[in-house]
Parts: sequence; structure tokens; C-alpha cells
Amino acid sequence: MSGEIQVTSATQRTRDDRSADVVGKAPAPAPAKPARDAQGVTLNVFSNAFLVLWVVMAAGPLVWVMVNSLRESSDITGSPFGWPTSLSFENFTNAWSDANIGKYALNSLIILCGSLPGTMLLGSMAAYVIARFTFRGNRVVYMLFAGGMMFPIILAVVPLFFVMDNFALLDTRHGIILAYIAYSLPFTTFFMTSFFRTLPGSVAEAALIDGASHTRTFFQIMLPMAKPGLISIGIFNFLGQWNQYFLPLALNSTDPDKALLTQGLAELSVNQGYEGDWGALFAGLTIAMLPILLVYMVFQRQVQEGLTAGAVK
Amino acid sequence: MANDVRAVDTEPTGPAPRKDARRASFGDYLLFAATLVLPPRFTPERVRYDRRYRTLDKYRFICWFLLAPVVLYAVLVISPFFQAFYYSLTDWSGFSSEFSFVGLDNYERMLDDSDFWASVKNSLLLLIVAPLATLGLGLFFAFMLQAGGRHRKSEAISGVRGAKFYKVVYFFPQVLSVAIIGVVWGAMYDPITGPINEVLRTAGLESWTQNWLANPDIAMLCVLFVLCWMFIGFYVVLFSAAMGSVPKDIYEAALLDGASRPTTFFRVTLPLIWDTVHTGWIYMGIQALDAFAIVHIMTINAGGPGNSTLVTPVYLYKKAFDSGQAGYATAVGVVLLIITMIFAAVMMLFNRRERIEY
Repeated sequence: MSGEIQVTSATQRTRDDRSADVVGKAPAPAPAKPARDAQGVTLNVFSNAFLVLWVVMAAGPLVWVMVNSLRESSDITGSPFGWPTSLSFENFTNAWSDANIGKYALNSLIILCGSLPGTMLLGSMAAYVIARFTFRGNRVVYMLFAGGMMFPIILAVVPLFFVMDNFALLDTRHGIILAYIAYSLPFTTFFMTSFFRTLPGSVAEAALIDGASHTRTFFQIMLPMAKPGLISIGIFNFLGQWNQYFLPLALNSTDPDKALLTQGLAELSVNQGYEGDWGALFAGLTIAMLPILLVYMVFQRQVQEGLTAGAVK
Repeated sequence: MANDVRAVDTEPTGPAPRKDARRASFGDYLLFAATLVLPPRFTPERVRYDRRYRTLDKYRFICWFLLAPVVLYAVLVISPFFQAFYYSLTDWSGFSSEFSFVGLDNYERMLDDSDFWASVKNSLLLLIVAPLATLGLGLFFAFMLQAGGRHRKSEAISGVRGAKFYKVVYFFPQVLSVAIIGVVWGAMYDPITGPINEVLRTAGLESWTQNWLANPDIAMLCVLFVLCWMFIGFYVVLFSAAMGSVPKDIYEAALLDGASRPTTFFRVTLPLIWDTVHTGWIYMGIQALDAFAIVHIMTINAGGPGNSTLVTPVYLYKKAFDSGQAGYATAVGVVLLIITMIFAAVMMLFNRRERIEY
């Protein structure tokens, strides 16, 4: 224990030194353990410098885009840094109506309204049956879903395109919704299965004895009990589906009126190359990312848990 | 066998001869079958009071609940996946419904396809470098957040002040769409209006300014950087959580033994969270092999200049949807799957060690 006390007091001394001295200079040699202490201080300064540097790296580009969205296009070209001279939202109106960002956002929202509840419902239905009933083929169904997490979507995309075409689902809203649900099912089912397995069975048993049907037990007993898991996987699917770029690009790219937000932004960036309207591009990006970032900052703990849960399982 | 418990147990509980048993008729079976497909409220009276109703009810529930998810999944995910193997053996263009079986021709053609090899080379570069860089920096930042702070009283390790703030900011790229990230970084790399060149100009490093994405020598590095940039925050959060669950007294013991912080990191922290690192590595490798959206949105002509940033998924997409060679494209996809499998298998072998419980 004495070692630790010495270290603490030595640190105290260094802190005093530093208030007078320049940061980073070797501290006055303390009698106790100077080597470790000096190491501690340099490491500390060094680590904080790196941490701050990465804050600039991570948030800098996003802040830069947001600030520039308030500047005039003619000002942006050639001088990337600068504050807006006057407060005008012209870029935003341009992006919203001329570049159709508003319409694309609405399209994305419509898709999400169908696909997210659908994914959650179908995923937890399958997961519940797999987790709580023994029947022949249980294992097969489980492996079918779990295996789907491994292989890359890109391999299936060409045949999927023609399967969708055959069912007349190509370039339709319900087609995209079904594709989103299908490709979100593996992870949702996998995650919810392990969640349902952790729930106690006695409550459901009591409900069955009281005469509740299986369906009723599921909707009124088990789903409310699985709420923490549903929130995690819901956040995961929300972001995954809202941010999806590849599936709409392959399955929904003929009719520009039905394009989703991610497609619209990619399109806007291509057009910007011809027209040089940086302002509208940055405004479009801001419209697309600001709501997500705000929601994330409010629910940051849940979002971080929801997204990292995917990698740990 | 005579005193086998199971035998004794099953004998009396077998189907007891029912005295009033009617012979199950064909109509009964029809009724049962109908019950399976009808909603519960339409269950016929005779079935409902049957001895076997509970089992029937269970299977009816299972069928109904599994039907929609499994059918949807089988049609849109499983069947395209298996069709891909078949189409990879055909010369299908994708535009017409006519095609013929060509065996392994597509795979042979791949051997001489320099564009394909360029794409594989770039994908492998991403597969090897991106996880190393991302996980390395992620571990570094996570350890700094967790143990980089000054020693405080009675604490073996202490996080830096504002660790939570750092984590929130680092995680920003993870909640944004790859499409947004691709467009933002496209603007960042812009030679005239992009801030990177502007910073270099301001710092007096005029000679370092580049037309980043148009220079075939560095365009791939730009893609690699963005890929790492996207995921570092994710790994900082993941590893911080893992490090946070390591008991503090282990660190205390290391400190009392005189371990420096680098030693603590390599000898204590890293081995204890190795499972998380390993899973994260596989996940990042799969993400690196997929780097479709960034390349497709950010780079010149999706994979240019030349083939300098062409990655295999982008090549597949171009072959399938731009040049109408669906059969060949699926063959490329099969090779991509094999690369993914090999990577996963190598990583699994790599991890043959005991799990540490704490």
C-alpha cells in the first residue's frame, strides 16, 4: 500500500510544479519514484492531446459541413473555412425543394414505418418459437437464421434482383420493405432468441394455466417482458435500415421519384460536381445527419449499447 | 434390460386403452388438418375436447408464427443465395431469360481478368490493414479513456476526465449512413474547396497539397482512412466496455508489482479482453471486405482513377448492373464469399486459446 501512497503524493507535487512550469517539461525529480511519475505525466499529456485530436478528427468534418451549409455557395468555393456572413437558409430551401431532399426523406420515412415494425414483429415471433418450444426442426430453423448473418449481401444481390422482378416487387415501396425485413431477420432473430431464452418461463406457464392462448401469452406477457432486448435490437435495425444504401441502390434505382434519402444524397453529390452548388449539398447533408445526431445524443447510452451488442453476440 | 428404469417407467404411461374410444376416422383427420390452418376461434368442438388438442394447439401456434418469417426469409435471402452458385456456372447476361450452362468458364476467365485481380488486391489490402489500424487505434483510445488519467487517491487506475464526452463524439460516424460519410469525405478531399488542402496551405505545406482522390497512388489510402475513421469510435466504445468489466484489483496488483502503464496494457488489459478484440477483428474484416458504399460514392467513377480503388464488391456490382454479365458477377461473388470464409477460418484458428474467466 505504501507504494501507492507515495505515487499519489508525488503526483500531487508534480501538479503543483506544472501550474508554474510549462506543461510537458520533465517534473522536478521526486525522491520517491521519479521514473514512473515522469512517465505518468508525459503519458497523461500525450494521451489527452491524442484524445482531443481525435475529437477534432471525428467531429470536425461534420461541424465543417454544418457551418458551411449556412454560407453562400459563392463564398464556399475556394475558401473552405469561414463563418456565415449573414444568416440565410436559402441553401436549405434549395436542398429541400429543388434537390428534393424533403421528398427523399419522406420516402425513407415511409419505408421505415413499414420495415421497422415488420422486422421487430416477424423477428421476435420467429425468435420466440425457436427459443421456447421444442419441435422437430427447431435447430434447423435456428441455424438457417444464424447462418444468414455470415454471408455477404452482395453475393445474393444479382439473383435477388431477379427474384424481386419475378414477384413484381422491383422499384416498389412494399418490395423494398420486404427486402429490408428479410435481410434484417437473421440478426434480429438470433439476438431475440438468446434474449427470450434468458427470460423466466414461469410467468408464461402461469398465463397458460389461467387459460391464455399461446398467441395471447406472446403478445401480452412475453413481448412486454422482452422490452430491453426489443429496444436494443430496435435501435440497431432503425439505424441499419435508415442508413441502408446498398439494397435501395440495387432494387430501387429506376424511378427517381421513389429514391430514398441515401440515394438522393449520393445523387446530389454527383450533380454538385457539375453545378458547383456546394451550399445545397452541405444543406442536404445537414438535413440528413442533424436529426440522427440529435436523437443519438439524447439516447446515447442506449444507442451505443444497441449497436455494440451486435458485435459482442 | 429387465431393471432398466426407463423401461419400467414407460410401460404403464403408454397410451392407455380408452374404453369409450371411437376409431379415428378419415373425417377426424380432416378435422385435425383443418384446425391447423384455421384460427383458434374456429376450432371445431370435437377437436377442442380431444385428448390430443394441446399438442395440436402447440404445433398450430408454431406453424403460424414461423410461417411469415421463414417464407419471407427463404424467398428473399436463402433462395438467391443458392441461386447465386448456380448462376455462377452460366453465361447469363441478366437482361434476357436465355442462358446456357458453361461450367467453370467464368472462374477460368477470372484468372486472366486483370481488373478482377486489381480489385482483389485492393480488397485484401483493406482486409489486412483496416482491422489492424482500426483496432489498434481503438484499443489505444479506449485504454487512454480507461486508464490514461492521473493517479487519484486510492485508485489503481483512473480514466481521463470527460471520458464519456469523448466516447459520445467518437461514436458520431457510426450513427450516420455510409452514404453521408462518403459524400462528406468526398468534399473533404476536394482539392480546391476541401479543408484538408486548405489546412496544408495555411500551414505552409503547399507542396503537400494533393488532388487526393484523383491521384492513383494515394486514392486507395484515402479510402482506407475513411473506412478506419468510420469504425474507430465503435471500437473505442466496445473496448471501453470490455475494459470496464475487468476487476480493478487486477490493476491494483499490477501497479503494486511496479508495472508501468504500457506493461499493464500489454500484459494485463489486452489478454483479459482478447475475446472482444478477436470478435471485433472478424467483424472489422468483414466490413473491410464489403467497403462498397464508400468506394461507390466517394471515388472517381466508382473505383477510379483507373482501377486504383476498385474493390471486389464494386467490381461485382459494375459487372452485374452496368455491363450485363450477371453470370460472371455471381462467380465473382462466390470468390468473395470464399475469401470471407478463409478469413473467418484463419481467425478462428488464430484464437485457439483458453478463455479467461474473471
